[in-house]
Amino acid sequence: MAQPKQTAMHPYIPNMIPEVQRQMLDEIGVERIEDLYRIIPDELKLKEQMDLPPALSELELRRHVEKLLNRNQSTQDVLSFLGAGCWPHFIPAVCDEINQRSEFVTAYAGEPYEDHGRFQALFEYQSLVAELVDMDVVNVPTFDWAQAASTSLRMAARMTGRTEVLLAGTIDKDKLKIIANYITPDLTYRLVDFHHESGELNLQDLRNKMTGNIAAVYFENPTFLGTIESQGQQIADIAHEAGAICVVGVDPISLGVLKPPSQYGADIICGDLQPLGMHMNYGGGQAGFIATRDEEKYVMEYPSRLFGIAPTIVEGEYGFGDVAYERTSFHDREKGKESVGTQTALWGITAGVYLALLGPYGMQELGQTIMQKSQYAATLLGQIEGVTIRLQSPFFKEFAVDFSQTGLTVEEVLKQLRAEGIQGGRDLSSDFPELGESMLLCVTEVHSQEEIELLAAALGRICSRETKGVNSR
Amino acid sequence: MKRIIRERKVRNFHQAKWDEPVIFELHKPGERGVEAPQAESAIEAAVGDGISSIPENMKRTGLPALPEIGQAKVLRHYLRLSQETLGSDFNVEIGQGTCTMKYIPRVNEMMIRTPKMMDLHPLQHEDDVQGILEIYHRLDLAMREISGMDRFSFQPSSGTQALLTMASIVRAYHDSRGEGERRNEIITTMFSHPSQAATAVVKGYKIITVMPDEDGFPDIEQLKRAVSDRTAGFVVANPEDTGIFNPRIREFTDIVHAAGGICYYDQANANGLLGITRAKEAGFDMCFFNLHKTFAAPHMCGGPATGALGVVEALAPFLPGPVVSRNGDRYELEEPGDLSIGKVRSFHGVAQTVLRAYAWIRSLGADGLLNVAQAAVLNNNYLYHKILQIPGASAPYIKGSRLEQVRYSWQKMTEDTGVTTEDVTRRMCDFGLHYWTSHHPYVVPQPFTLEPTESYSKEDLDEYIQALAQISREAYSEPETVKNAPTRSTVHRIDDSSFDDPAKWCITWRAYLKKTASPQTEA
Repeated sequence: MAQPKQTAMHPYIPNMIPEVQRQMLDEIGVERIEDLYRIIPDELKLKEQMDLPPALSELELRRHVEKLLNRNQSTQDVLSFLGAGCWPHFIPAVCDEINQRSEFVTAYAGEPYEDHGRFQALFEYQSLVAELVDMDVVNVPTFDWAQAASTSLRMAARMTGRTEVLLAGTIDKDKLKIIANYITPDLTYRLVDFHHESGELNLQDLRNKMTGNIAAVYFENPTFLGTIESQGQQIADIAHEAGAICVVGVDPISLGVLKPPSQYGADIICGDLQPLGMHMNYGGGQAGFIATRDEEKYVMEYPSRLFGIAPTIVEGEYGFGDVAYERTSFHDREKGKESVGTQTALWGITAGVYLALLGPYGMQELGQTIMQKSQYAATLLGQIEGVTIRLQSPFFKEFAVDFSQTGLTVEEVLKQLRAEGIQGGRDLSSDFPELGESMLLCVTEVHSQEEIELLAAALGRICSRETKGVNSR
Repeated sequence: MKRIIRERKVRNFHQAKWDEPVIFELHKPGERGVEAPQAESAIEAAVGDGISSIPENMKRTGLPALPEIGQAKVLRHYLRLSQETLGSDFNVEIGQGTCTMKYIPRVNEMMIRTPKMMDLHPLQHEDDVQGILEIYHRLDLAMREISGMDRFSFQPSSGTQALLTMASIVRAYHDSRGEGERRNEIITTMFSHPSQAATAVVKGYKIITVMPDEDGFPDIEQLKRAVSDRTAGFVVANPEDTGIFNPRIREFTDIVHAAGGICYYDQANANGLLGITRAKEAGFDMCFFNLHKTFAAPHMCGGPATGALGVVEALAPFLPGPVVSRNGDRYELEEPGDLSIGKVRSFHGVAQTVLRAYAWIRSLGADGLLNVAQAAVLNNNYLYHKILQIPGASAPYIKGSRLEQVRYSWQKMTEDTGVTTEDVTRRMCDFGLHYWTSHHPYVVPQPFTLEPTESYSKEDLDEYIQALAQISREAYSEPETVKNAPTRSTVHRIDDSSFDDPAKWCITWRAYLKKTASPQTEA
């Protein structure tokens, strides 16, 4: 005889078996589950069932979600040259393997004795990034680069007792919004001009804006516009002469070939880990880092967790734990340094895996490949009539391309590229009107020669169509 | 053959111990973990080495001192470290009260790891990302229904960031009304999460902390004395970390509103309340849910995560942007207006977590969410009832009336035996179980906070209870066993004396090598 279908159970909720519930209620001495809610006043209780779509089985759920996701065109479906804070990079398979490990995915706040591996992996992440930036202290990751920059500025302000910061004018305007919100109301900021032909910081404007109340000078290298800032030491010197702290934001994937900012005067370095093994995830792959020298005055200003190494009671064992935990808001609530909570630790572990795989030569070679490919792209695009590479400084990975001379707006160029199945770069025309009709194109190691040439050919066609159109009018 | 007897009270567990070197010790010059992609020869012929263009003063002069390690060694190393990590997939994870460890559905993890999700760029044209935008919108609608709020942002990347965002909105709101200068105080409670106070300070507020009354409820008389025309806002969790639900919450929010303040609700953990009661009816203007707690996204060693932030209509213009809107059959990113606080996290938050939460809600429906809450509360009360029978354990404040978690105390056991709650933490590791003491400061002496959620069966709960009962027996009969724990973990007790000493702390391997270079520094 067929058994009746069992419908009461949900696979995620084991204690829905009526007999088990009865047994538990009897143990507690309560008649019904509803009685456990007696403390909630009736007027606060929902009178009707929530209006939500019906539940789906696992198979139905997969069909439903996959149907939705199939409406997305991923960067595997179309050729993409978008960067601007979230970049396409090669991700070794081992990064994905470790990143998906159930132990790491479902761990959280365990003690060093049950999560020894997590503590070690994060200590190693700190140590590997430390070699890249040539500093002795690195934190467990923050939310993203913008958060890392914001906290770096607040650290500088606490250390100097000053309330104003100067930021390079090439900064990403979205990042600026995050920083502005985070430092308000304690700190204010001013932007320092940059040379519109080269992308370099305007040192005279920096000097003019330096006052005795400047806590920090923040600039990025490479800049948001891709250019390499060659005046790092001069900027740091100007900051230091005025008693300010020099904070430098850096793309860590550039550091196989670019000098780490610690070697040209940076006191605090920050950046995003996403290039080091994280998929783009529609922007969910971002994670920030902060690095400083191993000086008490710096270390004690970190709000983040810092994992240290120490002996155990058994000779030969490595132990790990929280350094100076009492500085954190976990310990000290409102008296702690800023606030700390869940951040982006798994991305930190993944970045560690990435650096361990690439090693010193891999990072150097990768940096070189990125420079070669992006330069090749710039060379091809610069040959298109009416198209100019906007900034004259050497660049890393990204560069601004100006279409002003073609008579086209960036918006139109992007639209026509889309029609050819190509995602162009980020439109800079509203955030950086001084750069004309420019877009920020990103070329990395993932782009093949053929793909770069496809982009150049498509842009060549688009611009020549427009030129012909102009001539015929 | 002989029958194998398996009648133990507690699990005979031993954690993996690989005695794994620090990764720098695996360095072997010449080894490679992966080949870096190279430029095609035609590209090299066209542009040369690429790095000659770098200004001399900006060229890296020496290689970074990263280790050189073959791929299999790297994989083995990290797999060993993963085995030395006790994720919630492996244990009865009810020991992290306030943080709702629950079952992570595998299907959700599969779905976030498809190219249609992982390889999306956040600045792609809206037409190319209609799928993920629709998921944002659908989750927004579900969250509105669950909370009674009118609009959600999924930009904040944790509960702490959601709290910071709410404090930012409080500031922006009062600034917009010209009261920003005067309203400089935020009221919270002692049994709230530390981030409630800490994030309000980041936004420049003075903190006033309401203490519990003798039953453990936030003292309403103290609240009445605390509010004034300087009150900018009131932030509270309900239930608080004690697991006690404040039935007079509507009076609290009315008092704060009457003084002109904004009430915001820490619903990081709403596990016991789904389908039962909502933020709106309790009078809150804003709330947030941790998608990585109540909505079954994993914690991932501490992120990335999402603090889904909901607001009432009047505060919607202050949300960080963009938010997703529906326009006919099309989904769009709606840029914020002048009142917006701007942005709190790059791009659109953690999209994978948004998808996970949406999938979880869809797999349960309204009935299922109510079942989640009821099973969580039943599990908690069963656990509560059983733990109070363990010698040395108690739960201060009002008897009963606990929802999804309880803050307990080992004060009596410590007085009787000298065994502390920290000792219990280490001993629980010997049974393969996670146990967390509580947030600081320890207002409840020798505290521990447990929260069983709906994910565990009666047998799972009994196992956890048996482990605690065993430790209590040990404390009263052989306290050294507990004090000397752990003995079956990956490592033994750590000498943490260096962690607060600037001369000795070692936050990176290179610092360790420097600070232990000479025999004197090891002392």
